[in-house]
Amino acid sequence: MRLLLVDDEAELVSALAERLNLRGIEADYATDGDAAADKVRANAYDLAVLDMKMPGLSGLDLKKKLQRLRPGMRFIFMTGHGSEEDFRAGSAEAAGYLVKPVRIEALLAAVEAALAAGRS
Amino acid sequence: MGIFHRLRPEFWNGAADGGPYRSLFNYRRVWRLSVLLLAAVTLTPLCIMTVIDFNVTKQAVTQENLHRTTITTSNTRRTLSYFLDERLAALNFAARAESSRALASQERLAAVLADLKAAFGGFMDLGLIDASGRQIAYVGPYDLLGIDYSTQEWFTRTMASGSYISDVFLGFRNVPHMIIAVRAETPGGAAFVLRASVDTQRINDILAGIDLSGGGDAFLINRDGVLQTVSRSHGSVFERLNIPVPDNPDRTEVHEIPDDGGLIIGYASIERTPLVLMVVKRQTELMRPWYAMRFNLVGFLGASILVILVVILGVATYMVEKIFHADQTRAKTMEQMEHTNRMASIGRLAAGVAHEINNPLAIINEKAGLMQDLIRFSKEPPPPERVSGLVDSILASVERAGAITKRLLSFARHLEVHIEAVNLRKVAEEVLSFLTKEAEYRRISVDVAADPAVPDIESDRGKIQQILLNLVNNAFQAMDDGGSLRLRVFRPDPESVAVAVADNGCGIPAADVKRIFEPFFSTKKKKGGTGLGLSITYGLVQELGGTLAVDSELGHGSTFTVTFPLAKGDDGAPAARG
Repeated sequence: MRLLLVDDEAELVSALAERLNLRGIEADYATDGDAAADKVRANAYDLAVLDMKMPGLSGLDLKKKLQRLRPGMRFIFMTGHGSEEDFRAGSAEAAGYLVKPVRIEALLAAVEAALAAGRS
Repeated sequence: MGIFHRLRPEFWNGAADGGPYRSLFNYRRVWRLSVLLLAAVTLTPLCIMTVIDFNVTKQAVTQENLHRTTITTSNTRRTLSYFLDERLAALNFAARAESSRALASQERLAAVLADLKAAFGGFMDLGLIDASGRQIAYVGPYDLLGIDYSTQEWFTRTMASGSYISDVFLGFRNVPHMIIAVRAETPGGAAFVLRASVDTQRINDILAGIDLSGGGDAFLINRDGVLQTVSRSHGSVFERLNIPVPDNPDRTEVHEIPDDGGLIIGYASIERTPLVLMVVKRQTELMRPWYAMRFNLVGFLGASILVILVVILGVATYMVEKIFHADQTRAKTMEQMEHTNRMASIGRLAAGVAHEINNPLAIINEKAGLMQDLIRFSKEPPPPERVSGLVDSILASVERAGAITKRLLSFARHLEVHIEAVNLRKVAEEVLSFLTKEAEYRRISVDVAADPAVPDIESDRGKIQQILLNLVNNAFQAMDDGGSLRLRVFRPDPESVAVAVADNGCGIPAADVKRIFEPFFSTKKKKGGTGLGLSITYGLVQELGGTLAVDSELGHGSTFTVTFPLAKGDDGAPAARG
């Protein structure tokens, strides 16, 4: 399993990637849409965890872009806002929706669920 | 407690609660102005009309008095003239009906005098004077038989003109009297004069019989101004009159003399005599009815003014009190609206702040989790420098979250009215800091430009925050993603400081620009706009003694410029601290 974490908060996303790595999950991270696209082009990720609100490209727009680059890739949205609007968009467009701060167990469960849904 | 205290209307001391929007007007001033204007509008015409009526009536009464005096003088002149003419005609008849021979007889002359007295009256004596001037027959109370009148003026004038009526003179009898003389001729052509003394008492009776108002006087003078009959208050017979006499009083004339308490004097000369009739009336007496009328007029005016003033005071007080109560209701509603708006702002901010705080919390969560994972999953304990780096990162995130909460607290702390030194640039940046993330996400460029020469102002920081937050929120709502917001702090004139909030959003249609500050007017009703934001902002700006102007172009953006006074105004507006 290979994951890509995308969030404009570098400290957050780097720590999260390291925590996943410690659990044996191969996780990379990017802090903006362009870097994320570059990584997706270069690597075969099964799943991407995207922050919904990022300067420049929003999570929803980035998802569409990455989906074009790698069809079949699964997505989980992360948000610090938790608004009704975000919740609706996240639930409809992605396999999972998490509100920050994210407990690692919740993330792992969401990842498992997303990948299981992709296999079925 | 005095009666004024009990009657004093509520508006007299202004708004009691002293809250925001407390009053639109200085009600004492409005009341005073209303009373003055109403009093001027009602009392001025009343006073002018009264003065005009006063003068017109006075003039009418004066003219009436002059007219009456003219009529009295004219009628009395005719009566006296007729009296003398009648006696002259009677004497003329006697002189022509009787021969001089018959008249020279004392008995016949006495009989003629008796007839004249019986038929006409007013004759005192009767004398026959021959052409040489000697009185050849005389009947009467004086011993005048044989007197030579040839040198007397009356004799020569009678002989010359055929008849003569004298003024009053002493003559040989040394008693004031007045004579009528006619010249006649015998069949032989010899001239003679028949002369009679007029009973001046009859003339006095005629003059006394005139209906004169109180203080009036009527008498005769000769052309030299010497009294010929007794006067009540202007001297005795032969005294020179103490009031001016016209030079040539041939016609009936009436004059006013202001001296001596005011006199109305009528003059009329008695035709074919040296006599002048004078009728003198005292104006104070004549004007007595006018004085009574004047008292009534002034009384009526005074009562009218009193009633009008009472009505004006009552109406003005009632109206201003009503406006005051309506204004108080408006002020309370506005205060509630402002509070609601502020709470809504805080609610909106809280949502944004929660999002902002979530990020450092998430970092803390992940860093702490990582430390735990490093201990749990690594065979070796993590090196101290790694742990220290993670702790530093946690502390930095705590500090970041703390800064955000402090900002929110600073906004909430200014709910109460508090005047302090306010730096507009700092407030603008503080307000914008709440929206930094939204600006980032929406790629909205935000720029603050402040003139360094702009001084601090003494004002209410919380209200200024609210004003700027409302304007900035409005601008964010008006702009699409990728827009541009410019805040400019400048000094438009030496007396004020301004903040211009300019966006390149959708702009406002020209037809709506005039209405955007009206309560409940909204172009965003479908998006949940209440139409109160700008109205409340406008009210807040006014409360701080400032002005709010808008310049907008549809499709190109809007600029809201709010100007705050630098110097403290009389109305309690905030002051500058330079």
